[in-house]
Amino acid sequence: MFKSKIKERRLTKRPAWLRNLSFLTGAVIVLFAVVVALFPQLFTSHDPLEVNALAVLQGPSGAHLFGTDNYGRDVFSRVVWGTRIDLLLGVLGTVIPFVVGCILGLLSGYFSGVLDNILMRVIDILMAFPFIVLVIAIMTVLGQGMINVYIALWVVGWISYAKLVRGDVLVLKNAEYIQAVKIAGFKNSRILLRHLLPNVINAAVVFATSDIVLNMLTGASLSFIGLGIQPPTPEWGAIMNEGRGYINIAWWITLFPGLVMAVTGIGFSLLGDGLADFLRTKGR
Amino acid sequence: MNRLNYIIKRILQIIPVLLVVSILIFLMLRFIPGDPARLVLGEKATNAEVAAMHEKLGLNKSLLEQYWIYLKGILTLNLGDSLKYQRPVIDLLRERTGVTLLLTLVSTLFSLIVSFPLGYFAGMHKDRLGDHVIRTTALAAIAMPSFWVGLLLMIVFGLWFRVLPVGGWGATLPDQLKCLILPGITQSLMTSALLIRNIRNSVVEINLLDYVDFARSKGIPEGEVKNNHILRNAMISTVTLLSMRMAYMLGGSVIIETVFSLPGIGALTTEAIFSRDYSLVQTLVFLFALLVLIINLLTDILYSFLDPRVEF
Amino acid sequence: MENLLEVRDLKTYFYTQDGVVKSVDGVSFSVRRGETFGLVGESGCGKSQTCRSVLRLIKKPGKIVGGQVLYRGRDLVKMKARELRKIRGKEISIIFQEPMTSLNPVLKIRKQIYESFEGLNLSKQEKNDRAVELLKLVGIPMPETRLDEYIHQFSGGMRQRAMIAIALGSNPKLLIADEPTTALDVTIQDQIMKLLNRLKQELDMSVILVTHDLGVVAQMCDRVAVMYAGMVMEMTDTVTLFAKPRHPYTYALMSSLPDQSKRGSRLEPILGSPPDLGNLPQGCPFAPRCKFCRDICKKELPPLVEVEPGHMSRCHLKKDETNFSGIISVPDARGRKY
Repeated sequence: MFKSKIKERRLTKRPAWLRNLSFLTGAVIVLFAVVVALFPQLFTSHDPLEVNALAVLQGPSGAHLFGTDNYGRDVFSRVVWGTRIDLLLGVLGTVIPFVVGCILGLLSGYFSGVLDNILMRVIDILMAFPFIVLVIAIMTVLGQGMINVYIALWVVGWISYAKLVRGDVLVLKNAEYIQAVKIAGFKNSRILLRHLLPNVINAAVVFATSDIVLNMLTGASLSFIGLGIQPPTPEWGAIMNEGRGYINIAWWITLFPGLVMAVTGIGFSLLGDGLADFLRTKGR
Repeated sequence: MNRLNYIIKRILQIIPVLLVVSILIFLMLRFIPGDPARLVLGEKATNAEVAAMHEKLGLNKSLLEQYWIYLKGILTLNLGDSLKYQRPVIDLLRERTGVTLLLTLVSTLFSLIVSFPLGYFAGMHKDRLGDHVIRTTALAAIAMPSFWVGLLLMIVFGLWFRVLPVGGWGATLPDQLKCLILPGITQSLMTSALLIRNIRNSVVEINLLDYVDFARSKGIPEGEVKNNHILRNAMISTVTLLSMRMAYMLGGSVIIETVFSLPGIGALTTEAIFSRDYSLVQTLVFLFALLVLIINLLTDILYSFLDPRVEF
Repeated sequence: MENLLEVRDLKTYFYTQDGVVKSVDGVSFSVRRGETFGLVGESGCGKSQTCRSVLRLIKKPGKIVGGQVLYRGRDLVKMKARELRKIRGKEISIIFQEPMTSLNPVLKIRKQIYESFEGLNLSKQEKNDRAVELLKLVGIPMPETRLDEYIHQFSGGMRQRAMIAIALGSNPKLLIADEPTTALDVTIQDQIMKLLNRLKQELDMSVILVTHDLGVVAQMCDRVAVMYAGMVMEMTDTVTLFAKPRHPYTYALMSSLPDQSKRGSRLEPILGSPPDLGNLPQGCPFAPRCKFCRDICKKELPPLVEVEPGHMSRCHLKKDETNFSGIISVPDARGRKY
């Protein structure tokens, strides 16, 4: 009749240690990636652009951890230096849309009216394009290059935040406590910043962590098909694009950048999951 | 009758969106810096050649006139010739749209087959080992670049085991479907992961509702509880996500088709961009938008069948 | 009289992150054939979980960890799922508090009512006829058209009627009604109670009626168990309960009710709030709120003992110390208003 301790344990909700473990794993991965991005020279012995005709297409070894590419460049060094570019793609590609989208969502949800109408129509139009096609179309107009990748991501990225925040604001603004501060004669700016923003920002923050992964992937995809960041810049997608032609004989050029990218992405996802859990329990 | 009105209304709503989309695409490509004729012909072209190209592309006309010609072309399916392929654009589209649609459908099918059982299982075993494993796997699947997964699958199944074609396109439908297996898996990976999450969370939420217990209290088999009560309701929120993901995967074809050398409109888009065939790009982007709007329309109609609470 | 259902020392615990919540902690009672048995108590006292435990409808992370639920001598707790399905709906049915969330929003009423014919082996025509008949029985007008509607097209009272019709689908011998009228407004409450009473007599069922409303108990039930903190505090027939309550908690509940004969006097609320089931104090769970609390009450949990034949109470107070009778009076304790 009395269940053992172990049996009881299994019935408990997601145990705290596991939640903390995944959050911690995520935090460690992300932190490490940030350190690598900031100080790539600490981790590498080779110049990522250094061509070596004597060491072409060598497999992974002690000297070249991830092997070398068709120019004899050290793939490990290229991946390490690429961290900076890809991480920045993810983070910068997310931060600006996050800010813009949240502001637009707040305003249009709160004031409704013309602004809201226009915003919704703009979103309808932009949503008619598949995400990547729209990004590519913008890249086509702007031309290749790093800054243009950012612009393309920014033009498209704010939509999710605006929709998310707007939806929450529409619900919240009819909540009693918001009505109460309205009746109390608080200024709109104060209601927006002090009362609405703190309540809608959490969902946007959680979404942003997954958006970082998505933007990193999109940036790399663009470079992979040759539209984004151009070689010889050591960007993960671009490295994999170069390795693609040698995939039969030199799989390492393609395998390792993708692996590193996946691990980084998992790091951000775990961090986001932990954050969501934390914000949920805090909210209660 | 109500539903028919609703469908007609939804179709009519698409028209203004398409119009704005066409204007947007038209203007966007006019913003490309440099003379399009010169971009097409290259730096060495003579002035006369450029002038002739202007004539051919209709660039000497006013912007409004150009737009009108472009719009008329779309409406009458008279899309002109592709500069790169030297063939009527409409023929290209006819050959290639099917490939991309098939790829999107196969990917969707794969995602559904994978995500419903796994999402249901995870939701029913919330916070147990199976749930953790499924959720962690899904998390990893989302973080992996699709083109990279595609390349790995090509190495493993195409080069090591030699069981599946690594790319290209077959002549017969069975061959073609075989060619779509690896691209389909690649494309469906992220969608499956997102769907699993969504279904899992829906199942967890639905399980808290009394109608599931009430259904069980009737003594019906657990399978019927699962299908008629849990999954049926989980589908409602899933359909919306699925339509968004189908639109995304349609766009993802640009990358997947490039990796697997599939002759679809995705690969055609990159080819057109690199060969600076901008009128083809213009048409293709419009086609993508049209397909997304059709997917959304079909989703809304499906939704109205799934959820009786929808008001027409 | 024959016992249809016998619940013995039932324990249903919830294993949450914050610890074990003992929602049902050693509950015993029996339901006789043809009677209406009341389970009464404040919200969160475990009465709903007791009901759900009977049909093993406990949600995770809850679990029945001990005790027996004997239906005609067979233990439902230990029974195989396949066997249990033959009991569910066919022998014992349950209806829930919130008809909106207790009926599937995306299935037609027809489908949901057909599901309750599981095991009856009816033809399509028979199913249709029976469904119409059931809706008529519970007083839903135009049953033929309503069958093909969805739950959002029904009003609150109609939803509850539909749920009752579904619960009756396979002629159960026992109907568990878990606060069937709490979500409805007063006039509708009245109608539903009358309906339940009529159906009980017409169909020769036993009913377990869960409620927090002593008025409903007085008018509906033959016998009552008063629950507090997952335990039965007092259990006897309705007349005795109102005439001679032996437990201070029962007495407190009654004193908090408005009373015709004492118009103008103040209502006496029960001070404090129901205990946290995850963290019960030592001794009697009601002790912190009890006006008659002694030292021993804070140290030892009193056993449930038979103070009079057929009258159980869980209190340290002696018989002469619990003579509350006369202090209170409840209008027409058995005067079947319904």
